[in-house]
Amino acid sequence: MLFDLERVTIERDSKVVLQEVTASLPKGASCVAGPSGSGKSTLLRLLNRLADPVAGTVRYEGADVRERDPLELRREVCLVPQLPALLEGTVEENVRFAAELAGREPDVGRLLDLAGLDSSFAARDSGKLSVGEQQRAMLARALALEPRVLLLDEPTSALDEDARGAVEATLLDLRRRVRISTVLVTHDLDQARRMSDWVVRLDEGRVVAQGRVKEQLPA
Amino acid sequence: MTGPSIQVSLGDVAATLALVAVAVAVSFWRRADLEQDIGIAVVRSFIQLTAIGYVINFIFDQDSLWFVVALIAVMVVFGALQARARAKQVPNALGPLLLALALAAAATLGLVVALGVFKPEPRYLVPVGGMVVGNSMTAAAVALNRLGDEVTRHAREIEATLALGATSTQAAAPIVRRSLRSGMITLVDSTKTTGLVFFPGTMVGMLLAGADPTDAVRLQLILLYTLLGSVALAGLIAITLAYRNFFTPAHQLREQPEP
Repeated sequence: MLFDLERVTIERDSKVVLQEVTASLPKGASCVAGPSGSGKSTLLRLLNRLADPVAGTVRYEGADVRERDPLELRREVCLVPQLPALLEGTVEENVRFAAELAGREPDVGRLLDLAGLDSSFAARDSGKLSVGEQQRAMLARALALEPRVLLLDEPTSALDEDARGAVEATLLDLRRRVRISTVLVTHDLDQARRMSDWVVRLDEGRVVAQGRVKEQLPA
Repeated sequence: MTGPSIQVSLGDVAATLALVAVAVAVSFWRRADLEQDIGIAVVRSFIQLTAIGYVINFIFDQDSLWFVVALIAVMVVFGALQARARAKQVPNALGPLLLALALAAAATLGLVVALGVFKPEPRYLVPVGGMVVGNSMTAAAVALNRLGDEVTRHAREIEATLALGATSTQAAAPIVRRSLRSGMITLVDSTKTTGLVFFPGTMVGMLLAGADPTDAVRLQLILLYTLLGSVALAGLIAITLAYRNFFTPAHQLREQPEP
């Protein structure tokens, strides 16, 4: 298993968000699905230590994530958050910022291509992009770290149907071109079916089902 | 530098209450509802300034630098408490503010004495110290107030930067820059327009006291440049120490953004 959560509890403002969650996410394409407020974005943040649980253990490739250097872990297990989250400056500056954090020289054109943007976007001001373009720019920025795992927090929730389809196609294409595992957070069960092989379903901070998508979410 | 002196009687002070009466009348006429506040302001300023006048008189008579240090220490503590009230969103702001004001005062006064601008005597260090602490307090309070707002408003961007494996220092760099700027900008702007739009207090005081205008201008310039250094130091130290309080040692935001 890529990630294992064992009796994980986390609180926000003294309110329990995840209650003794025990779940596993294998390599490949998995997703965490549930209605809004079910704790799925919070679960995602536990996977690369943007937050720590008050109780329980999160393991990445068998080792407790608290034993890892958090900065190194986040470059290997990179989270693409919900909007808006680009830095001021051009798209290229955003991509370079991430690459420099990982000590890499980025191939900006290729990274934009992987994220479904043509190279003219490199010089575009990040503040003047459409929501779909911002989502792709954030994806290119995350890919600049050359991560092994991408954590995608509702990547299409702010998009219309056409843009959503295009981003989904980009993500499917990305997995064919790059060896990378993805954990997708979504409230949309149809999207979970289209995009992943494994699902963990949450409701009100508890796991209600988990397993292969074919078995847990039959069409 | 030796200062000229003039005599001001309590009668002169009482005469200016006529202008206070104008302020009260304006407030009453236009229902600004500030009459009571004006009254409190007049009484408090009279009591506070009279008291500090006696304290300064005492320190000048003693002619000991220890009393100067003690007076500035008291100003630093009151200044930090006052600034903390304006930086409520910043966790544990008092420590950074105390250090910021104390270090800005010590460094600035130390430097102007070392450069030979002022003699190390209470007559110079008390008034300059008071201005340095007062202006540093305002700058640090504005900077931390802005810092708190920025963290709340940009929590998602900060967390997105942390998510790439950036340190909390790297993730906070844009908000630190903007907060420092907002702490310093008021004094920088007023220094730009000084002499054109308004006459600063020291110069006015010296001219009223009968000093040569050239001396008055030069002393005012010395103080303005000194204050620029001190507000930059105070803002920098307060922000550098305070922004860390928003993060855990594992480079996580303590207050997680709403999902």
